[in-house]
Amino acid sequence: MLEAVDLECARGGRILFRALSLALKPGDVVRIAGENGRGKTSLLRILCGLLAPTAGDVRWDGTRIATLREEYSRRLVYLGHAPAVKDELTAEENLAIACRLAGLPGADAASALEQFGVPKARAVGRMSQGQRRRAALARLVLSAGVPLWLLDEPLAALDVDAAALVESLVAAHATRGGMVVFTTHQEARLVPTRTVSLDA
Amino acid sequence: MLDAIRCVVARDLLLAFRRKSDVGTALLFFVVVTSLFPLGIGAEPNVLRHIAPGVIWVSALLSSMLSLRRLFENDHQDGTLEQILLGAAPLGLVVAAKVLAHWLVAGLPLVLIAPLIALQYDIDSVLYGVLALSLLLGTPVLSLVGAVGAALTLGLRGGGVLLALLVLPLYVPVLIIGAGSVEMVSAGLGGAGQLLLLAAMLVGAAVLAPLAVAAALRISLE
Repeated sequence: MLEAVDLECARGGRILFRALSLALKPGDVVRIAGENGRGKTSLLRILCGLLAPTAGDVRWDGTRIATLREEYSRRLVYLGHAPAVKDELTAEENLAIACRLAGLPGADAASALEQFGVPKARAVGRMSQGQRRRAALARLVLSAGVPLWLLDEPLAALDVDAAALVESLVAAHATRGGMVVFTTHQEARLVPTRTVSLDA
Repeated sequence: MLDAIRCVVARDLLLAFRRKSDVGTALLFFVVVTSLFPLGIGAEPNVLRHIAPGVIWVSALLSSMLSLRRLFENDHQDGTLEQILLGAAPLGLVVAAKVLAHWLVAGLPLVLIAPLIALQYDIDSVLYGVLALSLLLGTPVLSLVGAVGAALTLGLRGGGVLLALLVLPLYVPVLIIGAGSVEMVSAGLGGAGQLLLLAAMLVGAAVLAPLAVAAALRISLE
């Protein structure tokens, strides 16, 4: 389904990785491993199409993602370093807007937030880091129908309960035939079916 | 697709409503600058009448440039711009919706308050309508063209000054034609030609600028 062929990525004149190939089929959970500065985030950004690789191609069902554009965007969820929530809006407004922009029905935002234990009517600006992360991750509950999840450090700033919830969501997504690519430094939690290491 | 456009417009208006001070500053800037001229130049009615269209137009232009940074900067910092780029609707449309919301907040108030400002310059009452109409057609062009500059300078250090240098020269035709339309009417020649030109510029910018902004955003976010 998702195929990356001979990827090379250079940032600031330095080559982070080259000749990296990766193929994902339904049910795969792939962990990207590597020390800080090895290009884990860059690889995820390449896979979702935000960053163009210096060489190589990313293909979805055999078509280059650069030609698919929003056709491809509709089939993925990318949760990056920043929680991507607006401080001035409540958690529910944030989640509903994020879903509508992604072409998903955002009607169940309240129940998704409830699962993550986030107060839905409070402005995100008055929440702690951990609560913001939860507010952002609640989107995964509503993204069951989206085949590809790209998660950058999903467990950062989360407590044990929330981490367990993310874990179960990822496992459930894999069993229903979804694909997950993630980075993490907490190896004990999320269990991948495969690990791609960027360390030389 | 329409839902995405509605969603972006509603979101940006809601954000503006929750951050009223941002909206107020650009409008207040416009009011203060236009009020400084009569104070500085003195109450010589003929001079004031003569410079009114130019001064009001230049102030509107500077004020709309002042608010341009806000268009993408905040979304860039908190990561929501990445999510917008990964949205389900074509990026050009979403960008057009963002510019529309920005104009409703930053441009439309200038159009509405301009006739009131013109009172200070004692211009002929028939000119109020032309002035407002020229701003109504011209300020969206300023927002659209400015959005290209805002997208290109996104995330750059000292981007504010660079943005001004990039965008101000592009504003020149709008300024000349916009202020010209009011001058033509006050000279008794009729400003229809200029206003139609402004309308043509608006149509052209509305079609082309969102595509340029989308391309610029993709480059800026790499």
